[in-house]
Amino acid sequence: MEIILSIVLIFMIIGALFALHARDLLSALISCGIVGYGLVICFLLLKAPDLAIVQIVVETITLIIMIAVVLDSTRHELEKTAIEKKWKSLINSKALINVLITVIIGIVLLYSFRLAITHLNPFGEHILRMSEAYLYGGADKTGSANLVTGVLFDFRGYDTFGEATILFTAAIGVLTILRIKGRK
Amino acid sequence: MTLFILCFVLFLVGLYGVLTRKNIIKIFIGLSFMEFSTFLFLVLIGYIEGGIAPIISKNITNPVYVDPLPQAMVLTAIVISLAANAMLLAIAVKIYKKYGTFDIRKISNLKG
Repeated sequence: MEIILSIVLIFMIIGALFALHARDLLSALISCGIVGYGLVICFLLLKAPDLAIVQIVVETITLIIMIAVVLDSTRHELEKTAIEKKWKSLINSKALINVLITVIIGIVLLYSFRLAITHLNPFGEHILRMSEAYLYGGADKTGSANLVTGVLFDFRGYDTFGEATILFTAAIGVLTILRIKGRK
Repeated sequence: MTLFILCFVLFLVGLYGVLTRKNIIKIFIGLSFMEFSTFLFLVLIGYIEGGIAPIISKNITNPVYVDPLPQAMVLTAIVISLAANAMLLAIAVKIYKKYGTFDIRKISNLKG
């Protein structure tokens, strides 16, 4: 299980790197889709079918919206001048400070990652603490055979209510931003 | 352990994209990579070896279910990230309409 997941994750990382370095925005978006649908495969392997369904829908919607945004624009990047400027700025005196800041941030990130990992259980040996109540009484309390929806809509109903509020607010925000003319 | 490290690498790739790319759409793509790696990390924590999906059926004796709590949390997070992405893309469309480019070096008015 761990090996298959690692292979899928490595493919996702390669797709991510290609998406960030593609010259054409459309191919960048398509390789962004590699990462999204790779995540769907990972969810299926990790026994989370609800998440896989939601991720497929969300990824498809996001991809369609992004392609609609990108299609009627200048897709090619102004990359060449950026590289020239990068080499010129390497000689700057600021470069030393920038490298120093980068190294410090990298060390802090690695240290906090190590700190987070050492107190975790190794992969596949998770100990149920909080969700024992959900697992062994959830079906009788909520009447839902699917425990994820039971948790989502019964035990944490207010959470889902807040989520719906956020969706509504985001829809209003998008309508406000894309409004063609302001009201006088 | 290797899976956690690979997840962290995916997060770092997203961070690298956000910090170094000059195109708004690519910055957005890097942001979504960071989101994906976080979702995957949370679901990886809740996985139990040999477990089955948390859907109760009477036919299986002594079932081992994977943890349903991280899955429910991540389901909420995915939908919220969709809302945030829609807002970001709307702002990107607005910027393109005003300046005619996605390149953040050309949008000099943002320098203040």
